[in-house]
Amino acid sequence: MNLTRRHFLILLPAAAVAWEHVLAGAPEAAPNYKMAEHWWGLLINIEKCIGCGSCVRACQKENNVPDGYYRTWIERYRVSEQWGVAEPIVDSPDGGKNGFPPSNDPNMKEFFVPKMCNHCADSPCTQVCPVGATFITPDGVVLVDEKYCVGCRYCIQACPYGCRFLHPEKKTAQKCTLCYHRITKGLTTACCEVCPTGARQLADLKNPKDPIHEFLRNHSVEVLKPHLATGAKVTYYGLDASVR
Amino acid sequence: MKNAKNGNDAVHLYRLASVFVAGFVLLLLLRAFFVPKSFGQYGHFRGNAIQEIAAKPVVYAGHQTCEGCHSDVLDVKKDGKHAPVACESCHGPLANHADDPSIQPQKLDTAGLCVRCHEANSAKPKKFPQVASNEHSSGLPCETCHQPHSPALAPGGKK
Repeated sequence: MNLTRRHFLILLPAAAVAWEHVLAGAPEAAPNYKMAEHWWGLLINIEKCIGCGSCVRACQKENNVPDGYYRTWIERYRVSEQWGVAEPIVDSPDGGKNGFPPSNDPNMKEFFVPKMCNHCADSPCTQVCPVGATFITPDGVVLVDEKYCVGCRYCIQACPYGCRFLHPEKKTAQKCTLCYHRITKGLTTACCEVCPTGARQLADLKNPKDPIHEFLRNHSVEVLKPHLATGAKVTYYGLDASVR
Repeated sequence: MKNAKNGNDAVHLYRLASVFVAGFVLLLLLRAFFVPKSFGQYGHFRGNAIQEIAAKPVVYAGHQTCEGCHSDVLDVKKDGKHAPVACESCHGPLANHADDPSIQPQKLDTAGLCVRCHEANSAKPKKFPQVASNEHSSGLPCETCHQPHSPALAPGGKK
């Protein structure tokens, strides 16, 4: 074969592209789970939440979340008639992991708000990642690639819901994965599994048989910070205007 | 090197162009080696990361798994108020027990367990059954009167 140096150089880029294609191989097939058939969200019923902290503890055990950090947490809102929704008193001792001490103030409206990643369809956190380490999967779950995250914290600042943190040892961004390792195996999330009152329910918005559709048709629901148009997929029922 | 057609002037342009071409080729080569193969499979991220996260082990087995063996408990629970409460909500994560039944779960202490949900708190929904534990049972353990799997009091005492 008579290949001149010039021809060789011309062929190199094409060869590099072809070689990349060869190495990419076929995508790994997950048995019985097709990403295209799901679009995950979650329904939180504030009127059912008793602030027991089971979800926070379960999340911590399921996902090995370090102490003092939370992928889900519970806030207690206390709203007075005098100050109204503009100035609620909010507390969340240890993320609500061990419940809440009773306040017993009869003049306050009090309720619990479980919080977690909203798995936004148009998520600000994925948009700002400079290295492609955080992303939304084809089934609508926002995840972090630990091996790719450089720990720049940009996503932590970008999340309007405060759902991300920097792992104190790994120095990579972490957040709720919507128990992706569970939902792809047909289980519900750890927080939904243990919630004793059914205040949290995993919802597959692409599954027409999911009870979420019936619920959404018949109830007034809201997402957090709807004005930000993040496409939040964690839907709240019974959300008070004081909740930020 | 002499080029009769273009004269000597154009040669340095070719050299410059070849430097750019070489640089571009080098870029493609480095890219092929350093960019993970699955990058861009679904978008601007490493596609294999999805499978890696999905492959993590499960810690909470899920109540369906428990019910496979403990159907007797399910029978007790099913008519009671605790029917919708999942096993691991009280018993804790037990996927390891489901994988290897010789691993025994810890015995539970109802003194701490029941009040976690049922201790009176003004922020809890009014409909939810709550007690001030120090006044309610005068120090008796909850299971003296209530059977945890079906907690309603039967007429005349424990069910």
